[in-house]
Amino acid sequence: MKTFCSVWLLLSLVELSPAPPASQEPPLACTGAPDPAPPQPETAEDMASTGDLEPTHYPARRAAQVALHYLNTHHGSPFRVFGLQQVHKASAEDVAAGGRKYKLDFSVTDWGSGSAGPALRCSADVLFPRTERHSAPKVELHCEALQQINSTAQEDDAFYQKYISPDSTVSARDIPDSFGNMSEEMQPFWRLARVAASFIMLRESSENTEFNMAKVASITQQESSEEQLMLEFVVLLHDFPSQEIVQWKLLASWSPDRGVRVLQTEWQPRCPHATKPPN
Amino acid sequence: MILARKFYSSKMKGLLVLTALFVAVFGKKTFEGDQVLRITAKNEAQIFLLKELSEQEHLGLDFWREPVHESLPVDVYVPFHSLQAVRVFLRYNQIQYNVMIMDVQDLLDDEEREMVKYRTIPRSTDDFVYTAYHDLNSIYSFMDMLVAENSNLVSKIVIGQSYENRPLNVLKFSTGANRPGIWFDTGIHSREWVTQASGIWFAKKIVTDYGRDPVLTDILNNYDIFLEIIANPDGFVYTHSNDRMWRKTRKPNPGSSCVGVDPNRNWEIGFGGPGASSNPCSQTYHGPSVHSEPEVKAIVDFVKSHGKLKAFLSIHSYSQMLLYPYGYTRTSAKDQVELHELARKAVSELQSLHNTAYTYGSVITTIYQADGITVDWTYEQGIKYSYTFELRDTGRYGFLLPADQIIPTAEETWLALMAIMEHTKNNPY
Repeated sequence: MKTFCSVWLLLSLVELSPAPPASQEPPLACTGAPDPAPPQPETAEDMASTGDLEPTHYPARRAAQVALHYLNTHHGSPFRVFGLQQVHKASAEDVAAGGRKYKLDFSVTDWGSGSAGPALRCSADVLFPRTERHSAPKVELHCEALQQINSTAQEDDAFYQKYISPDSTVSARDIPDSFGNMSEEMQPFWRLARVAASFIMLRESSENTEFNMAKVASITQQESSEEQLMLEFVVLLHDFPSQEIVQWKLLASWSPDRGVRVLQTEWQPRCPHATKPPN
Repeated sequence: MILARKFYSSKMKGLLVLTALFVAVFGKKTFEGDQVLRITAKNEAQIFLLKELSEQEHLGLDFWREPVHESLPVDVYVPFHSLQAVRVFLRYNQIQYNVMIMDVQDLLDDEEREMVKYRTIPRSTDDFVYTAYHDLNSIYSFMDMLVAENSNLVSKIVIGQSYENRPLNVLKFSTGANRPGIWFDTGIHSREWVTQASGIWFAKKIVTDYGRDPVLTDILNNYDIFLEIIANPDGFVYTHSNDRMWRKTRKPNPGSSCVGVDPNRNWEIGFGGPGASSNPCSQTYHGPSVHSEPEVKAIVDFVKSHGKLKAFLSIHSYSQMLLYPYGYTRTSAKDQVELHELARKAVSELQSLHNTAYTYGSVITTIYQADGITVDWTYEQGIKYSYTFELRDTGRYGFLLPADQIIPTAEETWLALMAIMEHTKNNPY
């Protein structure tokens, strides 16, 4: 079993950004005897959901989460990550080219500023394409007053100065730990991981997924390049409908000027019976 | 002496320059990256230098063994931000050293773990630490203590055994015989740690409030309360020992290397439908057959033999929702209107405490299609007030909710539970 796991890993390493099968099942190599393919979440979802949508129900919420991932990829930083507060209004329609477009009106809050932060009102169009192979949803987003929320430039700069030094070799595991603990020093790194993970969550989302980042398994600072902080993360993502935990390794860069960029992603299949992720 | 002074002034200049470069002192709450060095001075001059080093306050050094004589080791605790400066200083002056403790935080973490293991067992439920997450043994001890302290109100029933032969313990709160009952379970999905932790708090809350809170007292004078704090003990142990993200039971699946069945897809209602997986490797694997999991069978048998349960509340996390049947079909439950209104009331009570926002609705519309779930089955058994809770949070920490949120979560959830219990009592059927 272990050899199969490592062989599989080697194969998956060859491809820099493989997409896992849409079902996100562990690879055949990990399951021993071939098991039947899992049933896809199906007709109930497909049938529902055009016209006005109930804002508290999952179709609207999943689309809003996708818009959130998009928002974080553009505006997230070590001191800013947005979370969904509430969906106010939602509607959906099938589009001619194939696919469903959601129109959303929702509010978000900045997790960085705790419960004290103001809510930001946003509107978004989220298009889930219907293609043979999965392709990423397309988002158009507008949040009012985005420029007016308190700037984190000072904290961003201090953080950048502290860790851009050539001697800096930050390395940590399990953020947060099993008990939800995270040191204050690690919080900006957690947020960066969350923003970087948003690139993946955005790309992998469909109407049948609802992703969150469950935890950061590891952070390893790489040598800075072109004045960017370079960080290698291993993150665990949680998908609601399937309840699966999906592991991704990624390489991200950040600076106050350029924001977060994700350079490499690699899905790391977890053999379900293994006690530790192969790495 | 003059030689030493000359030596001192040029070396110290070097040191001062270096420390000027690494001057930022951060108020630290952890010891990540801090080290302890063991230094071996080879002559008096080096001892002198080390003494001068010890006087550089902004480096934040702490000498566990002071520089005294070159025959004695010098141990110094060096915070992370000063490491570079100190190492350069030692190398520059050719002072030998080795790293005694690579990372002080790691050491502290290990110690903490040891301490927790050998922590004195609380002598009473008043001693018990409700603001921390506990392991199986601590929680089972808590149950026994609670029963011992309140033997005229609380008893422990063992409704079955888990796959790995652990007792499935249920606390029964009762003030009289032949009463109808109300059921809560927490921890059926083992990774949802805030639920077991809240279950402990609920148990203590019941014994504390009986005789003090008129509403609860009235409820308990008419209904028994059954509370299964750890509905999936095998999974729970596994989340401590191996995989914090484990959800299912721990029963092996013949023909597969994957272990476990989702205990919330194993019930005889819409079993095997698209809202569950037939793949043993999946987190929502429904199992080989209905009630195949002993953890589920035990509850099924209990419910059937009791025959008079009037409310059934199954508690999960996360996503802050209060859900009613069905998960397996879009057909509305017969009592949909009443269940929806009661959910609205319960959520409003919950929110009144810490302003925590919950959504509510049927399982299939609000969260996803789910087949073979607990509350669909209990509802079909005639237990009208069947609800699933999803506690804090909405994804920021998810399953890894910090322990300081246990009590706020339990307190607010309790208000919702009370609203449902009160309604049950006021609307007998």
